[in-house]
Amino acid sequence: MGNYYQEEIECAAPEKIKELQDERLVAQVKHVWSNVPFYRKKMEEAGISPEDIKGRDDLHKLPFITKADLRDNYPDKLVAVPLSECVRIQSTSGTTGKRVVAYYTQEDIDLWEDCCARAIVAAGGSKEDVCQVSYGYGLFTGGPGLNGGSHKVGCLTVPTSSGNTDRQIMFIKDLKTTILCCTPSYAAYIGETMKESGMKPEDIPLKAGIFGAEAWSEEMRRNIQNTLGIKAYDIYGLTELSGPGVSFECSEQAGMHVNEDHFIAEVVDPETGEPLPDGEKGELIFTSITKKAFPLIRYRTRDICILSHEKCSCGRTHVKMTKPLGRTDDMLIIRGVNVFPSQIETVLLKNGYQANYQIIIDRVNNTDTLDVHVEMTPDMFTDNVGEISRRQNELVSALRSMLGLKANVTLVAPKSIIRSEGKAVRVIDNRKI
Amino acid sequence: MSISQISVFLENKSGSLADFSGVLAENKINIQAMSVAETSEFGIVRLIADDIYEAATILKDAGYIARITPVTCATIADKPGSLHEIIEVLNKEGIDVDYMYAFLGGRKENHAHIILKTADYKKTDAALSKAGIELLEE
Repeated sequence: MGNYYQEEIECAAPEKIKELQDERLVAQVKHVWSNVPFYRKKMEEAGISPEDIKGRDDLHKLPFITKADLRDNYPDKLVAVPLSECVRIQSTSGTTGKRVVAYYTQEDIDLWEDCCARAIVAAGGSKEDVCQVSYGYGLFTGGPGLNGGSHKVGCLTVPTSSGNTDRQIMFIKDLKTTILCCTPSYAAYIGETMKESGMKPEDIPLKAGIFGAEAWSEEMRRNIQNTLGIKAYDIYGLTELSGPGVSFECSEQAGMHVNEDHFIAEVVDPETGEPLPDGEKGELIFTSITKKAFPLIRYRTRDICILSHEKCSCGRTHVKMTKPLGRTDDMLIIRGVNVFPSQIETVLLKNGYQANYQIIIDRVNNTDTLDVHVEMTPDMFTDNVGEISRRQNELVSALRSMLGLKANVTLVAPKSIIRSEGKAVRVIDNRKI
Repeated sequence: MSISQISVFLENKSGSLADFSGVLAENKINIQAMSVAETSEFGIVRLIADDIYEAATILKDAGYIARITPVTCATIADKPGSLHEIIEVLNKEGIDVDYMYAFLGGRKENHAHIILKTADYKKTDAALSKAGIELLEE
């Protein structure tokens, strides 16, 4: 028994994958040209017609599509099939502006669930497992995606959705859940809550977790693995493309395999848009080549990644992407210095704090200020004012050496920063620029 | 011979002390002695209660981070010079005081109780006992 859901395609020879991508890309370009006026107009403006695209090597000739384009075409102007062929919509949280609504045909949903099933099997899942889906259900793609994948694998699916942490833990224990799917910050929160109530990792049967929908560091992975006694796997996806399962981690836990039979991944220079080779850091671009209702051609994800075609010990041949190393749009520029929230998270975890933090940026007398609110934890608290201040100063120095600028650290009451059951609000920018 | 003190982390923002005393009142925790140490960033409330373990449990359940620390409690006469007497003993023994606070009345009339936190409460208790100073026990 291999740990693949669709071995033939997941382990296909690179030439076979290229052949498949060439064929599907040509068909997809024709599909959008014929059915979506927006794409036809964009291609005409760029002086391109479907005949110019003969395969993957011609992909770079096509114009990009951005999140702003999706908003401008809200809700359904990019849908490429009659609405009567669509069976569902999912939607983004709208935290960065107007919502994006993504449409699915039954086939689109089927292929999306296959992608999620591959991720579950790669994490060691089989029909013998109990899979608890603690992602939100509803418009958010996390719950429905993993729910569908879990059904396909044949796991006993526990659709708890997010929230009600005591009940989550009760089900993990009582139903003998072996695989947990949720956001990494919620997984950490479940771990903390368990620890507080005196439960140990040995008290629960969990063996693996599939965590995505937000950025998380290697330190956070170790922390979750230790408190829950599991292997924690990353999963990546975007509502715009389908949802979770665009790429997923295998047993190596180092990089996520892109489901290349459904998505073509590219990395480009975010400034010039020029494609970059393997190993170079740039903006991740996706083209969905099987999606019928809501196809995206060269979608700019804003995620900064590196691609690698190196051979993977798991046997899968699909290209691997790193965890997003940041986002072109959540990169903060503070006093001219580029700061990614993930850098702050890394420092907090290294210094013994938890990854519950909030970054508050303001501008006082024309100078940017950076405040990091960190929750006090039982481990970090002592009766000694001097000792707490010393640890706080250590954190300030560690942040300074990581970020290259001074951050103020404020210790706040435990659990006073709202935990994300969907997506965390990590950054509050009060600057009026 | 030491007594147990409970220390609690408080965020330095308006209302947090009121929330804290509210929890104590609601749960009918009787405070025997209390002090608040603060920096510009945060505060530590230290208190002695009738039943320290019950108080710690209630505070933890209310979401506070609390820690129990053994401290020395000396009973001295309510008159000039008696504080100096015990500090002098500690000084001679080379014992440094991390922090201290005092309360009047309490368990013995015309006396005051001094709560002392030092690096080693056992050594402190022994030094004070040897000098004939009365210590409060739980």
